[in-house]
Amino acid sequence: MNHAEQDLAGRSHAALEDAVLQTALKSATDTFISRRREAVAGVPEWQALRARARRVKEHTINNLDYYLEQLAEKVREHGGHVYWATTGEDVGHYCIELARARGVTSVVKSKSMATEEIELNHALEAAGVRPIETDLGEYIIQLAREKPSHIIVPAIHKTREQIAELFAEKLKCGLAREVAEITAVARERLRGEFLSAGMGITGANFAVAETGTIVLVENEGNIRLSTQVPRIHVAVVGIEKVVPRFEDLSVFLRLLPRSGTGQKQTAYVSFLNGPRRRTRGVEADVASRSSEQGQASESEFEFHLVLMDNGRTRILADERMRESLYCIRCGACLNVCPVYQKIGGQAYGWIYPGPIGAVVSPLLQGLKQAGELPFASSLCGACRDACPVDINLPDLLLALRAKVKEAGADVGVARNFAERTAMRGYAAAVKRPKLFAAAGRLVRGLARLVSKDGKVRSAGVPALGEWTKYRDLPAPRGGSFRERWKKKR
Amino acid sequence: MRVSLFVTCLVDQLFPRVGEAMAATLRRLGCEVTFNEAQTCCGQPAFNTGYRAQARAMAEHFVRVFERERADFIVAPSGSCAAMVRNFYGELFHAPGDEEWRVRLESVRTRVREFSEFLVRELGVEDVGARFEGRVTYHDACHLLRELGVADEPRRLIRAVRGVEFVEMEAPDTCCGFGGTFSVKYAEISNSILQEKLARITRSGAGTVVANDSSCLMQIAGGLSRAGSPVKTMHLTELLASR
Repeated sequence: MNHAEQDLAGRSHAALEDAVLQTALKSATDTFISRRREAVAGVPEWQALRARARRVKEHTINNLDYYLEQLAEKVREHGGHVYWATTGEDVGHYCIELARARGVTSVVKSKSMATEEIELNHALEAAGVRPIETDLGEYIIQLAREKPSHIIVPAIHKTREQIAELFAEKLKCGLAREVAEITAVARERLRGEFLSAGMGITGANFAVAETGTIVLVENEGNIRLSTQVPRIHVAVVGIEKVVPRFEDLSVFLRLLPRSGTGQKQTAYVSFLNGPRRRTRGVEADVASRSSEQGQASESEFEFHLVLMDNGRTRILADERMRESLYCIRCGACLNVCPVYQKIGGQAYGWIYPGPIGAVVSPLLQGLKQAGELPFASSLCGACRDACPVDINLPDLLLALRAKVKEAGADVGVARNFAERTAMRGYAAAVKRPKLFAAAGRLVRGLARLVSKDGKVRSAGVPALGEWTKYRDLPAPRGGSFRERWKKKR
Repeated sequence: MRVSLFVTCLVDQLFPRVGEAMAATLRRLGCEVTFNEAQTCCGQPAFNTGYRAQARAMAEHFVRVFERERADFIVAPSGSCAAMVRNFYGELFHAPGDEEWRVRLESVRTRVREFSEFLVRELGVEDVGARFEGRVTYHDACHLLRELGVADEPRRLIRAVRGVEFVEMEAPDTCCGFGGTFSVKYAEISNSILQEKLARITRSGAGTVVANDSSCLMQIAGGLSRAGSPVKTMHLTELLASR
């Protein structure tokens, strides 16, 4: 799933050199930061809400088996099917088998990180089932055959101009000048897809155990169409998405849109209890026209809940890391992260970028595969402040760094051996103050030797050379504090 | 009030004047100041890079040195190093068999303060009688701000300095990109974050940027110097020791 050959430093270099990307990232993250700030300022009890959300998540994750069983039971009571998927492949097989059994050839999809995580589209395509992304950002990414670069804004890295060019090339339409024109093209193309698709696949923002309700938030209305027009709705839901009570939504539905897009409320919030039922009026007409078989009777509507593990129970088993399952995928930690702001999502190399991605990617994919990510952080802690469920992301990053070093999995990070030796030597000196002082004197002396015009020149020296490649380092003058303190007394 | 200096390894080795300025101000405010020469490094570089065993050894050394200090407070010119002891040492002594160590740590931990926090919260002082002519802006060091919750104290101290015209830069609470070993492991990313910070410093119109952490200042000064900027960096201890 890693979509680049280079290591993170290499991928970041490409991102930092890309002037268009830099402009797009800056304007997008600045906008989201200020919108979020305003939205949060309007809620005086914000900190109390966060604390409550954290407690709910903590309780749920600690009793996950109980709530998942309850959810499954309720969904079945509503007439829905429930499938427990251990791996991403299991999800793929289930969807493909279902499509084949029902003669479905095209699937409309709403934005879902869970299905991105398991690359469901590849599996569907390989099986001859055509997936169509219907969220505008995801539609753009699918046309460009790229990976989303943000949890809630998949095409955050693209400018309006780039998107207009992409549409002109792939959809053979005229070059759009305004955002409204781009949207109109997408809307027109997608309308036909909604009407002909036999199945809609979505994720879920929350799944309520006590009522068996799948909750989906969105702004474009494409989720409404994906879940209500095709005959079959499949919701692929990570097992951590469950919340115990309907009442808990009053906390999470206030936190999520404010943290994500800075909205008080998204344009649409769907609460779905099992398969859709035939209703009066317009909706029913749309549904009957949409059916690939022509007329759909009420019994033909189907709802399938796919509860996906795909590594989550492994995280659950790790008490130190369990907290990362509290995440509600709002993307706020990405926007405020100084590293994400500069390198964007794709440079991380895995589907979940930013601080939360640097935590969950190594846990889901394996330390050897993504163990480099926790080190690509300045540990500034802005992510923790922004997190609506108060996940202590810097702590998790630190704990993961220790795990990676203990497992010897720090393959992506250069200078592993030299660093290990240096750290051992440093630790030994720290315990011996006289040795520490002497070593310091020696290093400062050497630095003075290679200095010119009051600046250390250290090109080629490990670590120090990396520093002076971008920043000056003043040549050490005079003695250390301890030496000078002694002299003065 | 008896104060034991926790000068930090970086100040000890590279920026001794920061420690001296801190000692001078503390003395001027009537504190009895001591320096225990057995102190070295709190172990944060090892801890933050994932070397827990080495960090633990360094933490043990730190506790051994400072538990013997009869000082009321242990004061550091760095929010990051103070936060290491106060907020992160617990993680290194969490094993069931570490009960005795936890007790020893507690006797040290509760006395550790960052310099500006100590002046304002413990001594109740804002005006230390300093004088400095110029336009000054302040950079919030991440650990000082988010681990110790210190944001207002340094600003009050700076505003009280005679001759200082204090200006806020935009987003003073965003990282400078240092991040310890991050600054050399991912030097290019670190530098790109630094450039954003430098642009904000420049736009503030300040001639001097002040912070309470020598590591941030080393990063910011390194960038300013490389860019040939006339803007100077100054540690808060040095500003408050200016006459």
